[in-house]
Amino acid sequence: MTGMGWTGRLLLIGVPFLWLALFFLLPLLIVVKISLAQSTIGIPPYTPLLVDHDGGRELHATLANFALITNDDLYLRAYLGSLGNAAMATALCLLIGYPVAYAIARSQGVRRHLLLFLVMLPFWTSFLIRVYAWIAILEPNGLLNQCLIALGLTAAPLPLLNNEFSVELGLVYSYLPFMILPLYGSLSVLDPSLIEAAADLGARPLQGFLGVTLPLTLPGIAAGSLLVLIPALGEFVIPDLLGGPDTLMIGKVLWDEFFNNRDWPVAAAVAVVLVAALAVPLLAAQRFLERGHAA
Amino acid sequence: MKVRWAGIGLLAAVITASPAGGEEPRLNVYNWSDYIAPDTIPKFEAETGIRVTYDVCDGNEVLEAKLMSGRSGYDVVVPSASPFMARQIAAGVYRVLDKSKLPGWRNLDHHILEMVSAADPDNKHGSPYLWSDTGIGYNETQVHAALGEGAPVDSLALIFDPAVAEKLAPCGISLLDTPQEVFPAALGYLGLDPKSRDLGDLDKAFAVLEKIRPYIRKFHPSQYINDLAGGDLCVALGYSGDVIQARNRAREAGNKVEIAFRVPKEGAMMSIDMLGIPADAPHPENALRFVDYLLRPEVIADVTNAVWYPNPNLPATALVKPEIRNDPAVYPPEEIRRRLYVDLPAPAAYERARTRAWTRLKSGR
Repeated sequence: MTGMGWTGRLLLIGVPFLWLALFFLLPLLIVVKISLAQSTIGIPPYTPLLVDHDGGRELHATLANFALITNDDLYLRAYLGSLGNAAMATALCLLIGYPVAYAIARSQGVRRHLLLFLVMLPFWTSFLIRVYAWIAILEPNGLLNQCLIALGLTAAPLPLLNNEFSVELGLVYSYLPFMILPLYGSLSVLDPSLIEAAADLGARPLQGFLGVTLPLTLPGIAAGSLLVLIPALGEFVIPDLLGGPDTLMIGKVLWDEFFNNRDWPVAAAVAVVLVAALAVPLLAAQRFLERGHAA
Repeated sequence: MKVRWAGIGLLAAVITASPAGGEEPRLNVYNWSDYIAPDTIPKFEAETGIRVTYDVCDGNEVLEAKLMSGRSGYDVVVPSASPFMARQIAAGVYRVLDKSKLPGWRNLDHHILEMVSAADPDNKHGSPYLWSDTGIGYNETQVHAALGEGAPVDSLALIFDPAVAEKLAPCGISLLDTPQEVFPAALGYLGLDPKSRDLGDLDKAFAVLEKIRPYIRKFHPSQYINDLAGGDLCVALGYSGDVIQARNRAREAGNKVEIAFRVPKEGAMMSIDMLGIPADAPHPENALRFVDYLLRPEVIADVTNAVWYPNPNLPATALVKPEIRNDPAVYPPEEIRRRLYVDLPAPAAYERARTRAWTRLKSGR
């Protein structure tokens, strides 16, 4: 730090702060502002917070929207439904992603690049089109059912679409790369001599994995899990396209508030609560990661 | 009215300020997907020299969110008359149409203008473009196999009678994912006013829906088009134009799936899609030229020939292909037209109760 001047330091800290303030804090404040207003017919469709009154300005803010979403258990159930689906998807992504990342990290040269390339290849096609492709595969007269019937494995088409199964499949499929890449990142920098040392000291392969590899890749596991959990929690497209009528997720509820009820203030209140509910696991994970680095 | 998942990636309009004086030769149009003839825009561009940016939207809700945020950048948009355009007019979204610049206005069917005036008083803000109704699309073979020859195909009982729905459940029933369409239909089935705003009536409609809920395979705005055409679904509450599209696709595929559309005897909701010019449209003069272009009988007849939705332009009917204008599912005869009604915007409290009931119904809790 000694070589860096006062302005240099300010610039270094200031740029990311400015970025966060402009693209995270400011939009969040706008959402908070709307969540304290009332819905009305007009452009924009909510009441202003500051109203001119007798030459002065009066603050017109209400917590009614937050009262509404706490009094109706729909929102809590939708949030828990999302949390359950997202947690399950995260666990499955970890179970599938860890061996894949491990295999990529252990491979050499062109093979490694090719495998990494294959993980990223799906991003070249629109996410929406890939989800639609699953509909074509899973529908009653779809590819998978036709294959199963042709092979004689089932007589009637299996119900593969519009249920919890298809939503979970869609989530795992869509977010798997976000788990594999950070895991690969921490596995590829792992020093193989550490495992050799563990083996030399008499550790069996499983012991070596649990005692050395797993703890050293915890930051990758945490980063990958957050990268899957957070977007999966707010996911709206996958439950809408692949889910059945009883799939209750908070992203869809928020959509309904915004577009069906045209109640921007309630939609904003749901979003504020969602951000707050996300901040808790995020901060916990941050703590965990920091401790991991300190250790 | 068609609700389509054409994509959540919404195309942004090219927003350009118009120079003082004459308008630059540009026009930004926001219409439904598959809702215009392939040559409608190129012909307009060739004739006027105006370059058109044509974007498609996937739902009235998305269009409304854009309009309510202000400065959408569009010159011509296509909302459904009610409840959407009615509400947007109340919010001051639209410019009053200068009828002196719309010589084609005289071609419009007065009966339809009158129905629309419930949403747009004195027809000040919108020019009706195409229309449709919400009825029953069904697979003839499957329905008759499940229910015999006496199947109530001309009645909402086909969907709302639990005994009937139970028999149809194995081959599949689908409802539109729109409480504004389904609750009025359930009210109509009960013999109540489909436009009722009474919360007690809403509860009665909910009770009807709750009984058939176990037999509903899917709530979706458009999936039934593919499912009906492919033989994966036997009954759908859907839009006439979409069901006819499914019927035509099945015929083209030659898969022996016969789809029919009926306007139920209990009545059906009529949706009229309107051409409107936002108050802050960057090119309002070009927008008027475009609206008047679409009021020409030969232009709008070509649109109907392409999309199989009827238009409200009287001289155009003679120019529509005979197989379309003589198809009672597309151009319903007078006695069926009398069963159609236009719904009006509901008060916010009723709307919230209805959406809430809808979520409760779908999630089964």
